[in-house]
Amino acid sequence: MGLTRQSFGAASLREKFAISTKSGQKIIALAGNPNTGKSTVFNALTGLNQHTGNWPGKTVLQAQGSFYYLDQEFVLVDLPGTYSLLANSIEEQVARDFICFADPDATVVITDATCLERNLNLVLQVTEITERVIVVVNLLDEARRKKIQVDLGKLEQELGVPVVGTVARSGEGLDDLKQKIYDLAKGRINPKPTMIKYDIRVEECINTIEPLISELHLGRLNTRWLALRLIDGDMTIIEGIEQYLGVNLSDSFKSEVSLEWAKVQVN
Amino acid sequence: MTKDFPLYRLHPGQNGIVTRLSAEGLTRRRLLDLGLVVGTVVESIRKSPLGDPIAYGIRGAVIALRKEESSQVFVRAKNS
Amino acid sequence: MGQSASELDFGNIMQIVRNTSHDGEEKIRDRIVSNIYARAEELAERVVTKSQTRNLDRTIDNILTSPILGFPIMLLLLGVVFWLTIQGANVPSSMLAEGLFWVEDRLTDLFMYLHVPTWLDGVLIHGMYRTFAWVVSVMLPPMAIFFPIFTLLEDLGYLPRVAFNLDKLFKKSGAHGKQSLTMSMGFGCNAAGVIACRIIDSPRERLIAVITNNFVPCNGRFPTLILIASIFMGGLAASTYSSAVATSVVVGLVLTGIAVTLLVSWTLSKTLLRGIPSSFTLELPPYRKPQIGQVLVRSLLDRTIYVLGRAIVVAIPAGIITWILANIHIGDMSVIAYVANSLDPFASLLGLDGIILLAFILGLPANEIVLPIMFMAYLSEGAMLELESLSVIRDLFVSNGWTWLTALNVMLFSLLHWPCGTTLWTIHQETKSSRWTILSFLIPTVIAVGVCFLTTQLVNLLGIL
Repeated sequence: MGLTRQSFGAASLREKFAISTKSGQKIIALAGNPNTGKSTVFNALTGLNQHTGNWPGKTVLQAQGSFYYLDQEFVLVDLPGTYSLLANSIEEQVARDFICFADPDATVVITDATCLERNLNLVLQVTEITERVIVVVNLLDEARRKKIQVDLGKLEQELGVPVVGTVARSGEGLDDLKQKIYDLAKGRINPKPTMIKYDIRVEECINTIEPLISELHLGRLNTRWLALRLIDGDMTIIEGIEQYLGVNLSDSFKSEVSLEWAKVQVN
Repeated sequence: MTKDFPLYRLHPGQNGIVTRLSAEGLTRRRLLDLGLVVGTVVESIRKSPLGDPIAYGIRGAVIALRKEESSQVFVRAKNS
Repeated sequence: MGQSASELDFGNIMQIVRNTSHDGEEKIRDRIVSNIYARAEELAERVVTKSQTRNLDRTIDNILTSPILGFPIMLLLLGVVFWLTIQGANVPSSMLAEGLFWVEDRLTDLFMYLHVPTWLDGVLIHGMYRTFAWVVSVMLPPMAIFFPIFTLLEDLGYLPRVAFNLDKLFKKSGAHGKQSLTMSMGFGCNAAGVIACRIIDSPRERLIAVITNNFVPCNGRFPTLILIASIFMGGLAASTYSSAVATSVVVGLVLTGIAVTLLVSWTLSKTLLRGIPSSFTLELPPYRKPQIGQVLVRSLLDRTIYVLGRAIVVAIPAGIITWILANIHIGDMSVIAYVANSLDPFASLLGLDGIILLAFILGLPANEIVLPIMFMAYLSEGAMLELESLSVIRDLFVSNGWTWLTALNVMLFSLLHWPCGTTLWTIHQETKSSRWTILSFLIPTVIAVGVCFLTTQLVNLLGIL
């Protein structure tokens, strides 16, 4: 049993996100908080091979660029800088939709070594959506200057995804990053991110909802994460499923949903 | 335990612990996203030259909030 | 296995969701976010070690956003940036002008040798080449100084501090706090400033920011302001202080622009775009040591060359058209003189003249060409001059009836008048509304006309002149 859905492939999905790819290219999403040097990493990796436009239907700037590493060409998509992916702004929604629906071959999350705790909030949200994540701990030079040390090995172990330390402005660590991107996109490494344990109340809700969602067979969409969003009352995810997975939900269902949504968004 | 009060009344240099949010809807969601969840330690850092907004240290970042928002976050003083 | 069955599934799920998370989404969300942050905190504790150091950022902020020094420092920085630009641009400007006009002479020699017809020589050299030479020599040096300094301040992380300092004024004006950031972007280019308004979520506040962005002078107008301030206002003082006087005039104009921004924002938020400011948070990121080399390359390549290129592309056809208009005669009057004459009565109410007004109108595609059009129009009526130094420009203006009041009005009009074509087009792209685009044209225009009119009438009334 599953939802009726129009036939879709990765290619048509990418068209919906206005990502132009040739066959054989791997898609890499670049996420991160504002002020973490995300655009420095983007510029350093893609050089002059970039172009900008808008996300379809949104007045949010989209930048994409390409680069080669070894025998592989990559398309790097710069997502809007956000603190979270809980869809509280258009930027957050754009970033979330791309990571969960465009099915990138890898998602790179740039973090600021001097302010890791805040940045980990986003990292943890990304690893809930997809397993193919690389965490970049950038601005290590600033951290050194401020006498802040980050145990990258331990972070990798705790998160369960590859971690790369960089100083993007001077190029330090970028080769390592490219190698990790290559390995991940080629399927040579398969990260198993450590899931967040929620409190009993939340876990109970997840346990009730998740089995029902997995029966819907929504492709690669992470069921635990989707359950959380539904419990959370995040109705933008329903829009996303309709728009990107081509699932048609009945009007009565939608009006029910929007009613719920209105209650949440009292503002 | 001492009574809680709105965040903007925390004096610059003082630390507070978030006790509750009175904000609803989108504002509440945004404040939560900044890391202002119950139990978070917040430092009042400085007032802007005109008195508002006020910059706070929240989870390692310095974030300025207008009185409109910081009056919807409640804290109790933390003795450090 | 039809659609109805699956809808039922989803409906069921939503029903169960509602039942399980019965105590309301708000609380469940609080729990979810708290759990994520708790995990982040735990992780950070395990992997990050900090040794206590003096927090340099705090010390810098103590000064830059201090209740007493915050505003004076902003003013001082603004002044220093313009002073460096004015002082530094002088010499390279005249060197460029000399070089480019030397080339003009050689081109004229070449054309004479080739027996090129006079009209073609006129179009190509006096129209096209001369405008090009003017745009390059007037615009390039100030931009090549201003952009890197501005990018440097941006890179250091100073702009969020400006937003922090000014926020209360914007809040009082009913505008979004991020408007001071989009305003800063406008210093580079208003079209870029308008695009930057996307960072404002609320449509009402975004529109206010879009409409008022034009009141900060972009780099297309800076050289005009700087040049006129240098030759007229600076010329009033002894030469040692002339740069300082010119700088204060430009700073004064920028402050006027900001005041008008706040005033128009306030008016809009009380009338057409009524509402209260939406929720606003601003991060004050750590100061970063800028990469000097990268700043230079980026500001020169991305900004200076790009903007100069755009100016040249517009200037060349504008130069040709202006030359043709100046050299086609109706009766014994050139088309330009004819149009300028008909604009004269209105323009003189504003303390301008017909040619100045015409230059602003023809300058709609790009503000950079306003001055070159003025030069050409004035020159077409009198002796041929080679504008190699500031004093020659001053003489040219004075011989055409300029006083310090004319200069002041030209600067005010330049600061406040309609946005350039590119900016208007961008506003239309961003708002998807002809109505708001037209208003974005009308509001500044009415203000520019009003301010110049009042200034002129006031000065005349008081008989200061």
